[in-house]
Amino acid sequence: MSDSDNDLTSDNISGNSVSPVTIRNLNIEDDPRFELLAKNPKRTEILIAISFAIAAVLFVAMMVDYVKGANTQVEGGLMAAAFCLLGIGMVAWGKYLMPKGPFEESRHRTSSTDEDKKEFVDAFIGRGKIAVSRRSFLGKILGAAMGLFGLFLLGPTLRSLGPNPNNALNHTAWKKGSRVVTTDGKLVHVNDLDVGAFMTVFPEGVIKKSELEENQQDLYNSQTLLIRASVDNIVTEKGRETWGPQGYLAYSKVCTHAGCPISLYQQETQQLLCPCHQSLFNVLDGAMPIFGPAPRPLPQLPLAVDPQGYLIAQADYNEPIGPGYWGF
Amino acid sequence: MAKLDVTKLRDQNPKGKKTVNDQIANTAEWFDDRLGLAKGTRIFFNKIFPDHWSFMLGEIALYSFVVLLVTGIFLTLYYVPSASLMIYHGSYAPLRGTVVSAAYNSTVNLSLHVRFGLLVRQMHHWAADIFLGAIAVHMCRVFFTGAFRKPRELNWIVGVTLLILGIVEGFLGYSLPDDLISGTGLRIMFSVTESIPIVGTHLAFWIFGGNYPGDGSIIPRMFIAHVLLIPALLAALIGVHLALLVKQKHTQFPGPGKTEKNVVGTPMWPGFMFKTQGFMFLVVGVIALLGAFAQINPIWQYGQYLPYKVSYAVQPDWYMGWLDGALRIMPSWEFQYHSFIIPNQFFPSVLLPGIAFNIFIIWPFIEAKIKKDKTEHHLLERPRDNPVRTAIGAGALTFFFMLFAASATDVLANYLTISLNIVLWFFRIATYIIPFIVAAIAYRVCIELQRAGDAAGKRKRFNVVWRSDTGEYFTEKSPARSDDVDYLDGEPEESLELTPEVSKMVNEKADLIASDRNGSQESTDSNPEDLQQISRD
Repeated sequence: MSDSDNDLTSDNISGNSVSPVTIRNLNIEDDPRFELLAKNPKRTEILIAISFAIAAVLFVAMMVDYVKGANTQVEGGLMAAAFCLLGIGMVAWGKYLMPKGPFEESRHRTSSTDEDKKEFVDAFIGRGKIAVSRRSFLGKILGAAMGLFGLFLLGPTLRSLGPNPNNALNHTAWKKGSRVVTTDGKLVHVNDLDVGAFMTVFPEGVIKKSELEENQQDLYNSQTLLIRASVDNIVTEKGRETWGPQGYLAYSKVCTHAGCPISLYQQETQQLLCPCHQSLFNVLDGAMPIFGPAPRPLPQLPLAVDPQGYLIAQADYNEPIGPGYWGF
Repeated sequence: MAKLDVTKLRDQNPKGKKTVNDQIANTAEWFDDRLGLAKGTRIFFNKIFPDHWSFMLGEIALYSFVVLLVTGIFLTLYYVPSASLMIYHGSYAPLRGTVVSAAYNSTVNLSLHVRFGLLVRQMHHWAADIFLGAIAVHMCRVFFTGAFRKPRELNWIVGVTLLILGIVEGFLGYSLPDDLISGTGLRIMFSVTESIPIVGTHLAFWIFGGNYPGDGSIIPRMFIAHVLLIPALLAALIGVHLALLVKQKHTQFPGPGKTEKNVVGTPMWPGFMFKTQGFMFLVVGVIALLGAFAQINPIWQYGQYLPYKVSYAVQPDWYMGWLDGALRIMPSWEFQYHSFIIPNQFFPSVLLPGIAFNIFIIWPFIEAKIKKDKTEHHLLERPRDNPVRTAIGAGALTFFFMLFAASATDVLANYLTISLNIVLWFFRIATYIIPFIVAAIAYRVCIELQRAGDAAGKRKRFNVVWRSDTGEYFTEKSPARSDDVDYLDGEPEESLELTPEVSKMVNEKADLIASDRNGSQESTDSNPEDLQQISRD
């Protein structure tokens, strides 16, 4: 804790008419730097003592409150008050009841003296010349050996932590013929959604009876937004003529920007908004990004309607879902 | 052999009875016999701390780190670092019966069930935010005053490393509860790791134990990094930071009696030790106040993280805000060559911090190279003394602040009820323009302050215009006062062709005007007329 009125602009150092000297060889009686800042030290002392005493009482109050159930606000308020009182008391003690100063210490050149440098060189080269110059190849081999051990350590401490990506990012839990289910595991019938409605769906099998048994990776990768944009078939792009039966469109829910689940759908404009970084996608246009940082459209899941009228997937996504990665 | 008589007070006890002071002396003697500490401790006691408020900023960081350690140890007694799923049966009714992870379950329990737990958890979170805030402000102080110059470049690098480690530590810390918000943050971190060229995808799979969200091992891994690895590094580097500070001694602002060869201020013993201990109590007090009354991260309201759920209008902790903002304002670019891709998120979240932190680290050397400065500096510069550095610093700060503000595009658009597109485009452009404007203004202010010299804040004498009986106009300076810029330059300039009487009258009137101006604004309107009155007389 410093006091700002003692800063560079005040002239209290020269004003003392004693040039600051080192703390050693001091004569405390005559030196104005050893005067106290407090005008009335006795009174200051009493005030500090009172603040410490109140803090002690507050700590006792904390114990009482703890026994009675420890209310967060009561405990925290008491603790804050007690520590602030201790702090104010200590700072006042250090500021008003100590020699007011200013004191000075001298500073010497940071680097070593020429003599010290010479002695070091004598010790290092003189005594160790053979070690340093003649046997340097030993050092190199030692370094190489240790380096190889370090390289080895990358295996157990990094490589073994998890599996390699292999093909994991190229497919999801959707398969040809996967029936579409809701987050509750119910099949989705073609009559279930009104135009303008949307929901999060998964392939059948990912949603289990108990959430405790669900595979989190499948849950993440296969999460899909099911939107009913119309009653007629929708073709979002050339080559996707059969992907949107009876106005149902399904897009990966994983944002192609940073992987957040896209959860906002605006029916009027037929847009999807990612709440993390506000990428906007056009539902009718193959989820092309029209705003924000997302660089790629959301992959579309080819849908079909089975003979019973339930929605199924024609196949898995035909491109990796989610944000870009090395080896895409 | 002389006794280590640390208590001159012994004389006051003539009866020869053993006193507390004797015991202190004996204990000191015991340790000195084994460690030889007298000289070293004396040198330590003599260490001088300059009396300037800006030297407190680093202390805030130090003491919030102490709070973090103490509160963190408490939290480890209750937190369970496991992603295994279970059914919540705790005391918070809205969550009962839902499936949660052990990590989330234990965090909710230690918040709502363990006595004192919520206070400690909130203090821990607030202390982390204050820790990084204090580091950032302390770093600004060191930067703008040139305290990083030779011989302190190494300590600057240690400081930047502490900042980086602190940010990582903070991110890991708020990711541990496994709530809906932190889980989304983790997903973004997976994407960021994936985007690193060549090794990224593998790295992400290894660290998370498979494709996102992994096999659950990320929680215990983050935990051990958060409570052991990084705190140990932080503590060690803080030790190095302080050791270098003692070895190289403090810098100080220039002033009377202060030179490159000394340090003027309060000695470690007794003044500073008491003040700094008191300051630590105050830091604890303020953090306790925040922990008690300012709710932070109420994870029981957010709910357990589920891979397909997300919250709206969520921002990360403040020190991650600039990275989140950068992610938002990045144009939708991506560079692909066959299966080799530099994904969009690489630029704002890997490249940007990489460049920023590397510039921080090498800045002392850049500046020394440009200025061809190889000398030691122990006297600080005021920001105005080095306008270029101050301008660059102000511009950089503005850039980071703009990125930080950009992490609230959605909130701003809602709050101001304007289109999200406009807000985004504003930040996409302004983030790169406003820093230059601020830098130019900062440069200009520095130059003006330099010109003003010590006159900054003093009164400029105004000119009095008056008309003579014959219609001629004259000007003359108002009378000099002790708070005038040119007071020490001597008497005011001689006025033109004034008779002593008129000059006297004008001066009196001008003095009156001056005091009126200082006093009330209304009377200034009538002044010109008053002056005319004088001249007619």
